[in-house]
Amino acid sequence: MSFEAQSSEPYVVKSHGALALEAEMREIAQDRPGANRMSMTPALLYLDNITVSFDGFRALNALSLVIEEAEMRAIIGPNGAGKTTMMDVITGKTRPNQGVAYFAGTHDLTSLDEAAIAQLGIGRKFQTPTVFDMHSVEDNILLALKEDRRPFSNIYWRRTPHERERIDELLERVRLKDARFRRAGDLSHGQKQWLEIGMLLAQEPRLLLVDEPAAGMTDQETADTAVLLREIAKTRSVVVVEHDMQFVRDLDVKVTVLHEGSVLAEGPLDQVSADERVIEVYLGR
Amino acid sequence: MKQSGIIDRTGGIFLLVMLAVAVLVPASNLLLPAGHPLHVPDYMIPLLGKYLTYALLAVAVDLVWGYCGVLSLGHGAFFALGGYAMGMYLMRQIGPRGVYGNPVLPDFMVFLNYKELPWFWHGFDMFPFAMLMVVVVPGALAFVFGWFAFRSRVTGVYLSIITQAMTFALMLAFFRNDMGFGGNNGLTDFKDILGFPISAPSTRLTLFVASAVALALGYLICRALVTSKYGKVLVAVRDAESRTRFLGYRVQNYKLLAWVLSAMLAGVAGALYVPQVGIINPSEFAPAQSIEMVIWVAVGGRGTLVGAALGAVIVNAGKTWFTGVLPEAWLFALGALFVLVTLFLPRGVLGLASSISERWKARRPAATPTPEPAE
Repeated sequence: MSFEAQSSEPYVVKSHGALALEAEMREIAQDRPGANRMSMTPALLYLDNITVSFDGFRALNALSLVIEEAEMRAIIGPNGAGKTTMMDVITGKTRPNQGVAYFAGTHDLTSLDEAAIAQLGIGRKFQTPTVFDMHSVEDNILLALKEDRRPFSNIYWRRTPHERERIDELLERVRLKDARFRRAGDLSHGQKQWLEIGMLLAQEPRLLLVDEPAAGMTDQETADTAVLLREIAKTRSVVVVEHDMQFVRDLDVKVTVLHEGSVLAEGPLDQVSADERVIEVYLGR
Repeated sequence: MKQSGIIDRTGGIFLLVMLAVAVLVPASNLLLPAGHPLHVPDYMIPLLGKYLTYALLAVAVDLVWGYCGVLSLGHGAFFALGGYAMGMYLMRQIGPRGVYGNPVLPDFMVFLNYKELPWFWHGFDMFPFAMLMVVVVPGALAFVFGWFAFRSRVTGVYLSIITQAMTFALMLAFFRNDMGFGGNNGLTDFKDILGFPISAPSTRLTLFVASAVALALGYLICRALVTSKYGKVLVAVRDAESRTRFLGYRVQNYKLLAWVLSAMLAGVAGALYVPQVGIINPSEFAPAQSIEMVIWVAVGGRGTLVGAALGAVIVNAGKTWFTGVLPEAWLFALGALFVLVTLFLPRGVLGLASSISERWKARRPAATPTPEPAE
């Protein structure tokens, strides 16, 4: 995929030099209120200098990332750039060898397990849709609803009208109302992706980590997913890992480019896609 | 009942059958003359009772395997521990009537030159304490084992292997004479239970009915559990463990609860088994026994509870028949059964029954109100 095709003015073909110049000017314009970058409001997610090594291979190399409240961020990067490992660190699946990870200013993510992190309000959607195949669509949402997670209190559980309302509302939102009693395993790929997004919303997380939501979707579904995510991002922070450049363009948010476990570039898509190093990494020049 | 979720159609049939068995078998044994074709002879009562305790054990295995995805190859250990707790009570009941006539020490202890009762035998002369131990000892072992295994996220075949190792280790330990459990011979020569002679027909009938009641209750407990939201989480753990974890559930606690409960049910089954067969020895811990239990569940239908009970009865009735007719062929028949069920009946006998009834329903035209004439 060439980068010219992704410019904000699709019918104007620009040379790399022109694009680079434009990007540089934008960068200067952005850098001007430099003090604002280190904003005083505590970030929702704060990763600093995170390093993860597997048998000497550095999956993450001094990675730093800050996500603000109600911000949507797209993460792109070639295979092996550390996108999934980064998500693993945030959700407690992988412990970093080094570095700090804070959620909402006070919670140290490196000392909590997956369940505790999920209960804090970090939801994760996997690359391949992972829903509970043997359960109905409704039960999938029910299990995700933000409620008591302890085993004993779930033995004495009774369905409440409030739960029913929440489930109705969420199924409406992810367009699965008609599939309510179907087995989740019988859904189409795209429907499973949406069911999983519905489950994420049911958790009422403050931060959603979404791994390749558009993978395997039709063009229409991809566009709809972008709209849905943008709507979600009005009230919550969303981090989207994606390969599909058109999808990232549809999201129209700040982009972070990962490469070999660190941040290579950060900024609007037009800017990073004009970055020489990004072009080099992606096109291998 | 408003809570229609707990007892479904299959469960209703199962409970009715259990009720019928608990009433009709004693009735036939007591009321019909010995020559009557429907008379259940005395020797059959403990045999049928044994099947019912196996059925309860199978339900316990199915709770963890069918709903939680934990394939236990060591449930025989919990069953045997419950059995030993009951056996210890029965040994203490013998009192001075043993061969050596010692009022406190069981015969094997006198024989092995024990001077006094080991500390862990104290209290077992009291029935309520022994009954408590029937659930506490297997439950405690399951808790400790499960605590470490589930926290360390040991799953799948590795977990199965260590459950197998657990029961094997216990078997070796119980074989030793210094363990204080009668070594190789185990505990036997029981005289009476709660003052009733243990081999009297009326005691055996009572134990049989108690086994039927225990099976029905065990089924209801498991069924209530698996139909609750807790049960939905269990199935979620079985099908997508890490997804469940990322939803905020502490998977290890969910597994641990089911595991401990299952061990306790297995202990109860063992406690009802021992007085009916009259002996408990370390061979109950044998790994092969625990594997057989898994076969019962697979034959009946994993993840159905009723199927597990059904499978236990079918396989054990088959075993009784086979060992009478062709004793050396039984293990081959069991192996063949397991292979055939795995290949052709992945949902077990119960799954076969339900798919036949579905097909039959589907063939009957729902649109025509008049019943079809027989073809």
